[in-house]
Amino acid sequence: MSRMNQVAHITLINLRTIPSRLGTSLVVVVGIAGVVGVLVSVLAMAEGFRHTLATTGRPSRVIMLRAGSDAELTSGVARDQATVLANLPGVARAAAGRPLISAELVVMVDLPRRGETAPNNVPFRGVQPAAFAVRDEVHLVEGRPFEPGRREVIVGRKAARTFAGLDVGSRIAFRDSDWTVVGAFESGGDVHESEIWADAEVALSAFRRTGFQSVTASLADASDSGLAALRESVARDRRLSITVLREPEYYAKQASILTRLIGVLGYSVATFMAIGATFGALNCMYSAIASRQTEIATLRAIGFGGAPVVVSVMAEALALALVGGAAGAAVAYVYCDGASLSTLNFNTFSQVAFDFRVTRGLVAQGLAGALVIGAVGGLLPAIRAARVPVTTALRTG
Amino acid sequence: MKYLPLLWAQLFRKKTRTTLTVLSVGVAFLLFGLLQAVETAFESGADSADAKRLLTTARYSIIEPLPMAYASRIERVPGVVGVAYADWFGAKYQNESNAFAVFAVDPERYLAMYPEFVIAPEQRAAFAATRTGAIAGKRLADRYGWTVGQKLPISSEIHARTDGSLDWEFDLVGIFDAEDPAVRANTEVVLINVAHFDEARQFNRGKTGWYIVRVADAQQARAVSAEIDRQFANSPDETKTAPEKEFALGFAKQIGDIGALVTRILFAVFFTILILTGNTMAQAIRERIPELAVLKTLGFSNTAVAALVLGEAALLLALGAALGMATAVAMLPALNAAASGRFPPLFVEPATWLWAAGVTAALAVAIGLPPALRVNRLRIVDALAGHR
Repeated sequence: MSRMNQVAHITLINLRTIPSRLGTSLVVVVGIAGVVGVLVSVLAMAEGFRHTLATTGRPSRVIMLRAGSDAELTSGVARDQATVLANLPGVARAAAGRPLISAELVVMVDLPRRGETAPNNVPFRGVQPAAFAVRDEVHLVEGRPFEPGRREVIVGRKAARTFAGLDVGSRIAFRDSDWTVVGAFESGGDVHESEIWADAEVALSAFRRTGFQSVTASLADASDSGLAALRESVARDRRLSITVLREPEYYAKQASILTRLIGVLGYSVATFMAIGATFGALNCMYSAIASRQTEIATLRAIGFGGAPVVVSVMAEALALALVGGAAGAAVAYVYCDGASLSTLNFNTFSQVAFDFRVTRGLVAQGLAGALVIGAVGGLLPAIRAARVPVTTALRTG
Repeated sequence: MKYLPLLWAQLFRKKTRTTLTVLSVGVAFLLFGLLQAVETAFESGADSADAKRLLTTARYSIIEPLPMAYASRIERVPGVVGVAYADWFGAKYQNESNAFAVFAVDPERYLAMYPEFVIAPEQRAAFAATRTGAIAGKRLADRYGWTVGQKLPISSEIHARTDGSLDWEFDLVGIFDAEDPAVRANTEVVLINVAHFDEARQFNRGKTGWYIVRVADAQQARAVSAEIDRQFANSPDETKTAPEKEFALGFAKQIGDIGALVTRILFAVFFTILILTGNTMAQAIRERIPELAVLKTLGFSNTAVAALVLGEAALLLALGAALGMATAVAMLPALNAAASGRFPPLFVEPATWLWAAGVTAALAVAIGLPPALRVNRLRIVDALAGHR
């Protein structure tokens, strides 16, 4: 028999006899499924958060903050400054000649999560009419837009899902003002979906503010030179002390702490679990080999080589790992894909909601992890099985 | 105890197998120790809370300021024995936003409110006497290499000086610390004397961020809270007062249910370990059935042999658990250094050790009991004859 033939035969025998060793095999499968399930779930959380940030903002837009401020909450832009900014040549204009710019006020309002009573800092954004033309990814999925001059709000899809009292048609009380929820919007899953939006002028008076927090604008020329020109005109104007940042740059910074935290947590949990499971898989494969010692020794006694034995044991380990990995990924997908989570973003001190995302990449990562565990767990036992002297194996088996 | 050598010999009959099992159990408990430390850190605010302290913030949003003049009005509320206040400075240090927290406080009032902060008496006096004074938590000072007597240049993202500049400079006159690890997280802060700060800022003069109120009797905390809020009801700056613990719990809630997340992960981890170790244990016992029968022949009772098996499972798990927890404790200082104050300090609290012991016992029973029962029922003749 040729080498290849030997390998194929023993491997087939091995795989076919798995059902008779169901207990031990199942243990490997369940163990690896547990690891891959946790791995994929925690990474899906990190991926969901990353996705929410990555889809927020466009490179063709800028956010303008008070110089020295890194976040909207600590920034302040006076009304006259906002007017100056709107007239800068670097800002894009709509067909009617109106600038594509929105000066915005951001305050935190306290809202409990659904079914709870503890308050959460939910961002409330007062926007100018051009905001919807500037951020064209925002579109209503329910109800109607707020009417200028009235105490009406539209709520982000994720905010509505996470926090209590934000269903369209309900009324919410902040400060000494009552607001009606008239619509719900979607914006491609970005951070604005965790917010509540209202007319800037109404919000200014309701929250007794005189100035804005930030100004968001579309660039007339989205290239780096266009941005540089805008920055230069801002710097030249002595009335302004303003930082201009491309939106993606700003939003990436807003999540730096949380991104790192979730990433570190996810990968360390997954790594440790994988190490633990490798020890477990090693053990199971050792016992699987031990229980088949006589059988393997017999095969070798009738002329099968060491290599086919190693390959067949490895193939078995990998097959079990793959089944376990697929089961784990499936459980993670069913259990947490699309589940929402809302947490406090330490950079902005406000709530940000995001969905778990079990992507193909993550499933592939999970399966790869399972195969690594299977390979490491199978290799040493396989080598041992091939090296034990046939006579010893037959006698002690 | 006299059976310990026997248990040990049984356990290490197959060295590779036992070592691998101990290591996988160890990894599970390492994760347990680390994740519990993370959870403790998130909830340490609530643990270090003083039942006699209340927090008063603006009613509608924690970021709205309150008038400093409220201090004397709160002091007059019956049941109140002390009032302090603090304002959020919004620090930017070496161009890093929120590298640490800076509070503008009245030194005497604030330090009297937090007796758990330890500071040398002369430094405390210097802080009260220096209008531009600042004191820093020891861990912060160590991280940035600050020494008493130096100037501390910190920018603010919120408060401009009267000349419009956001750059401030304070005199570091003291360093404070806390003994309780749960409180230590609260010392990662710089306190500045509000006297100079309030004078030199452009906006919000005479305003502060929040009040800390001490009541004489923790039982009255709720009644006093309600009375404080009643004082300011219908004014332009309404307040919301709650016991410190409730406030801290609310904050932990904002982060989300970390506890539930950690519990779910750990559940999956221990379930996996249960399956893996349970199988290994069952296998180990199956191989030794004839030996156990010999023990019975020698006069060991059924119960004694079953107890030996159970004891072996317990020893195996205890070794793994001890290894894992010890590794977790050994890793925490390095993790804390790596987080460099971005995260509250992680530590393993006594309750976690208790939990670890409880989980070990539960797993030992779950893993050891089935083979122990089997061995208990074993008939010597069958076992020796090889009928398993």
